Amino acid sequence: MIELYLSLPIWVQASLKGLIAIGLIIPIAGACSLAERKISAWIQGRPGPNRARAWGLGYIPILGPILQRLGVFHLMADGAKFVFKEDVVPGHVNKFYYYLAPLVALVPSLCTIVVVPFGAYFDAATETLKPLILADVDVGILAVFAIGSLSVYSLILAGWASNSKYPFLGGVRASAQLISYELSMTLSVIPVFLWVNAPGPEATLSLFAVVESQSQPGFWGGMWFVFLMPLCAFVFLVSLFAETNRQPFDMPESEADLVGGFHTEYGEFKWSIFFVAEYAHMTIGSGVFVLLFLGGWNPLPWVPLEPLIAGLPVWLGGLIGASVFLGKTFFFIFLFMWVRWTLPRFRYDQVMKLGWQKLLPIAIANVIFYALAIALIERA
Amino acid sequence: MADILFHLFAFLTIGSSVAVVYNHNAVNSALAFLVGLIGVSGLFVLLDSFLLAVLMVLVYAGAVVALFLFIIMLLDMQGGERKPFSKATAVAALIGAALLTVCTMTLIRKFGGLETAEMGSILPVGANLKHYADLLFTTYLLPVQVVGFLLLIAMLGVIVLSKKFAGLEDVK
Repeated sequence: MIELYLSLPIWVQASLKGLIAIGLIIPIAGACSLAERKISAWIQGRPGPNRARAWGLGYIPILGPILQRLGVFHLMADGAKFVFKEDVVPGHVNKFYYYLAPLVALVPSLCTIVVVPFGAYFDAATETLKPLILADVDVGILAVFAIGSLSVYSLILAGWASNSKYPFLGGVRASAQLISYELSMTLSVIPVFLWVNAPGPEATLSLFAVVESQSQPGFWGGMWFVFLMPLCAFVFLVSLFAETNRQPFDMPESEADLVGGFHTEYGEFKWSIFFVAEYAHMTIGSGVFVLLFLGGWNPLPWVPLEPLIAGLPVWLGGLIGASVFLGKTFFFIFLFMWVRWTLPRFRYDQVMKLGWQKLLPIAIANVIFYALAIALIERA
Repeated sequence: MADILFHLFAFLTIGSSVAVVYNHNAVNSALAFLVGLIGVSGLFVLLDSFLLAVLMVLVYAGAVVALFLFIIMLLDMQGGERKPFSKATAVAALIGAALLTVCTMTLIRKFGGLETAEMGSILPVGANLKHYADLLFTTYLLPVQVVGFLLLIAMLGVIVLSKKFAGLEDVK
């Protein structure tokens, strides 16, 4: 099996790996939509989706009712509905951009997986930890930000191409909001990389190096960056909420005042692509947060993964690393939903004020403080 | 492979630049500009300047064009009603073409074709983050500061020119 895989041309190997990663992220995004409904129901004290029952599967003695109560069949029914619904295109839209917008939403969020490591395995030959990653590039986090920042065009295009008032307002709001918060987000990770890169000839922005520097021995070495730089983590998290358009920052969508915002004119499968893209974006954003501030695949602070899996077979060690990482990521997806169903939304002027007058000065002060502190520590 | 990719990205860049100029719809122009920027960043990748490629996408494609679109949508600009060719355009095109011909002729006369440097002899400044940062803070410190200052002045100029200071009270 492994020999066959290694004998394939390199581009086939790469495509296979990419397809597997996409095949993993899309079901996660689907499961997120179910989790969102179940968690909202739990928070609001109601049972949530529990009626749909698949013909055949639902009648299995014990498993069937459990699946039904979990609402799993609702997910399938939703998926089937989106595929088979009539594809209505309003007459007043700009057709080319109208069709392009959902694609532009999905492609960047799936592309970012390429540079995000989602686990690690112990390589017995070199006795080091290797990342489970599609392409370990040196520019790591910058590539994530660069590709991620392209997803704003889907909202702008959808809003503009729909050629009606509410989507248009949603698109305008999206462009302003996403640019504003991108600044604070980029500034908030600078202290992390200042800490990771010791003075020397080589420097890296790779996310694997960030996790490695959180798995060193000793009190300072094993500390997760969320304890070392709580303010950075906070600013990053708030910006992440704004960048993924989640409540309380759902200005482009704002169901209360803009009907559906940028996707008001969208229906059936095209709408569901926006939805999947939002959840994929959220999953990858949470993953990056876990890598930067929560020690990636290290199970606990001061407990690195490497000695735990050193003796195990490669596949088991890799599975444990990936599970720890995914477990933390899922907690953050839960946090996204928790916040959505707990906090009230901001008004648009509040979003702008928070971004430019609060978050950005905090992020800049933070960078200056950590730059000075790290310079002093290194001099001592 | 690299040759094919170079031609692909080069045509993408030139084609979309032409589209930026010739489109009547401002949104189409902005998006063609976006495609052109991605073509340029592809060219940077082919030159092993991964850092510059990523910065190109992050700063220009990710933020600047989004701002352009924001302004276009905010002002709700319609396609201009201007004539495609006025007298001034014809004269400018003539002068431009003449200059281009003269420059190309001079280059060909002097060097017998364009010089091509060996790939290995070019320093991959944009590839390594630390190298790039080091150059920014040592060799190119003054140019970077000067350019930054010029941009600041330009920004102040735009604010002064576009803001109507008289009658601000009624707006409030």
